[in-house]
Amino acid sequence: MKQKKILKKLSQLEIGQSAIIDSFTDKEMSLKLLEMGCTPGEIVTLDRIAPMGDPIAINISGYLLSLRKEEASTVMVSLINKN
Amino acid sequence: MESNQSFVNFSEHSSLKIALVGNPNSGKSTLFNALTGLHQKTGNFPGVTVDKKSGIVKLSPTVTGEFVDLPGTYSLYPKSLDESVTFEVLCNPNNEDHPDITVIVADASNLKRNLFLVSQILDLKIPVIFALNMIDLVEKEGDVIDCVRLSERLGVKVIAVSARRKEGIEEIKEALLQPLPVPQYEFIDLRKIAGDVIDKIRSMIHLNSDFAAFQSISNVQEIHYFDNKPEKKAKFEAIIKSSKLDINKLQTHESVERYKVINRIAEECVTHKTAIKTESFTHKLDGLLTHRIYGYAIFLVILFFIFQTIFFLAKFPMEWIESLFVFVSQWTTSILPAGEVTNLVVNGILAGLSGVVVFIPQIALLFAFIAILEDTGYMARVSFIMDKMMRRFGLNGRSVIPLVSGVACAVPAIMSTRTISSWKERIITIMVTPLMSCSARLPVYTLLISLVVPPSKTEGFFNYQGLILMGLYLIGFIAAITAAFVFKIILKAKEKSYFIMELPVYRSPQWRTVGRVMFEKVKVFLFDAGKIIVAISIILWFLSSHAPGDRMKQIENKYTSTELTSTYSPAELNVKLSAEKLESSYAGMLGKALEPAIAPLGFDWKIGIALVTSFAAREVFVGTMATIYSADSKDNSRTVRDKMMTELNSQTNLPTFSFAVSFSLLIFYAFAMQCMSTLAVVYRETKSWKWPLIQFLFMGTLAYVSAFVVFHILK
Repeated sequence: MKQKKILKKLSQLEIGQSAIIDSFTDKEMSLKLLEMGCTPGEIVTLDRIAPMGDPIAINISGYLLSLRKEEASTVMVSLINKN
Repeated sequence: MESNQSFVNFSEHSSLKIALVGNPNSGKSTLFNALTGLHQKTGNFPGVTVDKKSGIVKLSPTVTGEFVDLPGTYSLYPKSLDESVTFEVLCNPNNEDHPDITVIVADASNLKRNLFLVSQILDLKIPVIFALNMIDLVEKEGDVIDCVRLSERLGVKVIAVSARRKEGIEEIKEALLQPLPVPQYEFIDLRKIAGDVIDKIRSMIHLNSDFAAFQSISNVQEIHYFDNKPEKKAKFEAIIKSSKLDINKLQTHESVERYKVINRIAEECVTHKTAIKTESFTHKLDGLLTHRIYGYAIFLVILFFIFQTIFFLAKFPMEWIESLFVFVSQWTTSILPAGEVTNLVVNGILAGLSGVVVFIPQIALLFAFIAILEDTGYMARVSFIMDKMMRRFGLNGRSVIPLVSGVACAVPAIMSTRTISSWKERIITIMVTPLMSCSARLPVYTLLISLVVPPSKTEGFFNYQGLILMGLYLIGFIAAITAAFVFKIILKAKEKSYFIMELPVYRSPQWRTVGRVMFEKVKVFLFDAGKIIVAISIILWFLSSHAPGDRMKQIENKYTSTELTSTYSPAELNVKLSAEKLESSYAGMLGKALEPAIAPLGFDWKIGIALVTSFAAREVFVGTMATIYSADSKDNSRTVRDKMMTELNSQTNLPTFSFAVSFSLLIFYAFAMQCMSTLAVVYRETKSWKWPLIQFLFMGTLAYVSAFVVFHILK
């Protein structure tokens, strides 16, 4: 049975929350993110948020990547259901 | 593996060109250092402001290898200046740095992302060696990478390396002399993505690979294959136009396809330890270093440490250097016959050299800190916690260190802006850093403040002199961030600025790297900026010691006349002689010529002379004042102050250094670009006279207008 995906912006994740990258809303930004390994299907986990609320740091394919919220808001992710 | 594998063999060549390519933080520079040892030189890639490190090493008795360290990049889509250099060198066979063999350096602990660049380079079908670095980290984690399998899968030689431990270095050197397979494996079918354009292009220009053709579609501007044939270029552009391809879509498609293959390869070649990983050291340390209280507190302590070191600790070696030059000058004067040549050597050349060498301690110390902060991975965290605050002013999180260092000296501070990767943010940091009140302003401030308020004047807890001094530092800081904000609005960025950045794992610093960075930065400063500083200081010496015709001779004759020698002691006479010489020199004439322009600020021609001479360095102001007012230079600044206090304006008969004038001058020195060394370094760091000129003009205007306003309010 196929579950309905609930899409969220990467910038809206909570610390410790994991999600799967679904798609990008900004063409130029997506290219930069792709080369850094943020490909559709990869699992991302929000590692931490900078003290002033921006930028954020995510765990992706085994390393830590930091990006601004504005940049993260161009990445659509689907939450991983906790069972 | 494919059966029609072809090999290239370079062992017959007498010299080999080898390029090192890899992601930032892949340990590429460490590997480069391990490969080349001390046989390195730093230059520039032609036409751009990107540093080029190269080193020549004997690979065998008959073969020498010339290694070039290409700027780190995550892909072959050039988005920054650094990345275009790497792209151009690898993709253009006519480039003078185009390598015979490319050594790709990848961080094994981060294999998938590193394989992206690897896959693009392999698709160029150029001879490569794949150095799988940081293999020790992978082993420590308990993971296993099957290098044999990886080598078979990619069709290239894979060598496991730990550049930090110097493991695998000899294997790379040996492999360079062995026959190398030319990569055959096509990661992705580019014809599926771009269609028949690839074939059209390849039939038109000779290219090694489909990927080179694919790259030429998206980077027409960067491709220089058509240098001599404009008609061919036109045809090429027509092909691309008629194919109506969306470049962005193409590259996105390409990236996604590449990662699909990479994921498969990674699955086949990497075995992960299945045990649940404990919270990593890096994660724990990040909890502290990016904490909303401790994080900033620790950064503040580190900044304080850096500042103390370059402000106070550097003072001692700087004093030694100065006394050494005084000694050498005296010695030179004593062995050379008195005359014009000796004068040039001692007061022009030696003084200029002293002005260059004196910066070494500050530069070396600041870069020791910066190398440690970069090498450990902490610098990326500084960006992380400071970004939001600095972004508002068009600055980068990494601008904080240059700005704070600027309080000691703008010269090393501006050199340290190299760590800022965004062009616009880097330029803004360079432009505003000299507004921070540096240590050379301190003697000027001290002298002028003592004219404004007597030291004894205190109001309860506050000392007025201290308050004014603090105010000047504050004004400098406010001016710097305000100017940054204005530049942010005015400057147009050539490239889009991203913050997307890796936070590398924490590692202990390598002292060898730290030493190397210190040495390199000092060398670059001495040879690149040093030339300009010595040249300007010779000009300044000439201006302040020469006069048209035989005026200098006449003055000297006057002071040897018995009429004067009988009234004054030799010391007094000497002081008066220097004052009169300076007054009649070209610098003196310049000061007088400046008077109408600076009169609205309350300055007379004597101050004008000091403005000219203190262009060498701000603190020269004090010495010039001493000479002009015939104060005995052997006494401390106290006598200069007394002389200046009693000085009356010839027209108004009021004190020259009134409250208003002194304040106006203070503000002028807080803002004006009175430092040739800074300008020389800005030239060296931007590779253009445009930026130092803009800086000189904007700071000069700011100084002039502010001093004018201050003078007219207080008058």
